[in-house]
Amino acid sequence: MMTASAISRSPAQPPPVIDARRLTKRFAGMTAVDSMSLTVGRQEMVGLIGPNGAGKTTMFSLIAGSLQPTSGELWISGHEVSREAPERRIGHGLARTFQIPKPFAEMSVLENLLVGGQRQQGEGLIANFLKPAAVRAEEKALIEKARGLLDFVTLSHLEHQPARVLSGGQRKLLELARVLMADPDVILLDEPAAGVNPALLEIIIERVIALNKQGKSILLIEHNMDMVSRLCSRVVAMALGKLLAEGTPAEVASSPAVIEAYLGGGA
Amino acid sequence: MTLDILAYAAFFLSMALTYAIICLGLNVQWGMTGLFNVGIAAFVAVGAYTSALLTTPPSPDRFGGFELPIFVGWLGAAITSGLLSWAVGALTIRLRSDYLAIATFGIAVTVQLCMLNLQPITGGAFGIGFIPRPFAVLQENALLFSLANFAVMAVVVLALYLALEHLAKSPWGRVLRAIREDEMAAQALGKGPIRFRLQAFTLGGAIMGLAGAAQAHFIGFIAPDNYMPILTFQVWAMLIVGGSGNNRGAIAGAILIWGLWALSAAAVSTFVPAEQQARAASLQIVAIGVGLCLMLLWRPRGLFGEVSPLTRLKSLRAAPSKE
Repeated sequence: MMTASAISRSPAQPPPVIDARRLTKRFAGMTAVDSMSLTVGRQEMVGLIGPNGAGKTTMFSLIAGSLQPTSGELWISGHEVSREAPERRIGHGLARTFQIPKPFAEMSVLENLLVGGQRQQGEGLIANFLKPAAVRAEEKALIEKARGLLDFVTLSHLEHQPARVLSGGQRKLLELARVLMADPDVILLDEPAAGVNPALLEIIIERVIALNKQGKSILLIEHNMDMVSRLCSRVVAMALGKLLAEGTPAEVASSPAVIEAYLGGGA
Repeated sequence: MTLDILAYAAFFLSMALTYAIICLGLNVQWGMTGLFNVGIAAFVAVGAYTSALLTTPPSPDRFGGFELPIFVGWLGAAITSGLLSWAVGALTIRLRSDYLAIATFGIAVTVQLCMLNLQPITGGAFGIGFIPRPFAVLQENALLFSLANFAVMAVVVLALYLALEHLAKSPWGRVLRAIREDEMAAQALGKGPIRFRLQAFTLGGAIMGLAGAAQAHFIGFIAPDNYMPILTFQVWAMLIVGGSGNNRGAIAGAILIWGLWALSAAAVSTFVPAEQQARAASLQIVAIGVGLCLMLLWRPRGLFGEVSPLTRLKSLRAAPSKE
């Protein structure tokens, strides 16, 4: 079995897109994540599994930046970001989706995607008056890109609908397209299969595979082991905030510690 | 008689439009961004005093009196109030909306105490007089004077309206809406909420300062009594009645509530005996309160309200080629 710390690389090798080193998060005496290390390499798809209360979502939040670690380090594509604000992580190529999707409900589907565009001149207060032509041209290009992505996630027909009318599965696809507007190197997917009907789930799986083939790395939290096995080459199992096992999906699924954690009430 | 009515109408609208400017500033802060500012009077006052100090003739009793042109005073007012808003925002913008409200209320009280007690600068309770009025040479002719002032106010309001509409539809306005809808999701997409909120708070404060300067030059005299908490209440009532989140609503609400204020003042002076009129003036506040309640019952989103996504959808479908 391979462990995160055991992954070594030659000096010429690019750094992993995610390199979490002994991350710990304590909440008022309760340790939710305990010295957890995890890496995701370039174009790798890694699954993060564990029973309820294992600390997966906390680990996810530490990587995404919505929580600050009590101790430990986090590196994204060779940059130390442990204390950086969450809004700066996308600049290092890291994007996330949410377990319960968070569309901007009163904005149209297209507008939702446009928010995802990075380094927009029009987001500067003054540029809207001093460089109107540049802002218009940029906006036009952004709309074209958004339409391409809506087509990719099969939501083109809903372009002008307010996001609040979308179903749960469509919201997951919308979030995926929205983060793709930022051209991320690595995407954190938080339970993409939860509450999604089988037809839409197949679309999500296909699109995730396609993205991986395009060079994106994926870190996936998922309870659906069938989906994890289909997508991930490596799985990290957590329990009680700690690393429990790591390896191929088959290795982890047959690990006695993992079986104990799931069936023995260890979590 | 007709000319008198016309002159009064122009005067009334000019005054209403100064409130419309404050309302547009509040709409940037609350309507577009969701920032709960209950210290509006402070930002208006700082603008008014700045412009007064910059444009009045020198006075031996107090600092200032630089006799600069009126437009310099207006510019200075917007910059000073903008800077105050930035400083207040930098300290308080991270607070939850109710705490932000308490903080801004505290600023309003502080500014009012400063106006009263910094006599060498503000003139204390007596305020500052002899503030130059635009088109003072026309003062002999009430109609021309009122119409000229109205034209200036109308141009300022129109320019602000167009600029703010442009901003609301720009990527900047889109990010503000996204942050207001879901801050965490916007943050995950790289949009720093503090930065955008601070910009909106500063812009709104600068606009309020400009309004304060416009009012000061329109009336020609300012004193701390002009900037009591009632001003904040009036402006909030205007925005809620007109429709929060909509610039047209902000302007319409200002005219409507100012009309109600003027009408109730006229009613008090007509129907209440002279010795009771000072006390009965409180009925003006009651009138606005009743108007506000009726509007909340009849149209909770105000006269215009924020344009709903479905309305926007219709307009997008009507002109798809624009994209």
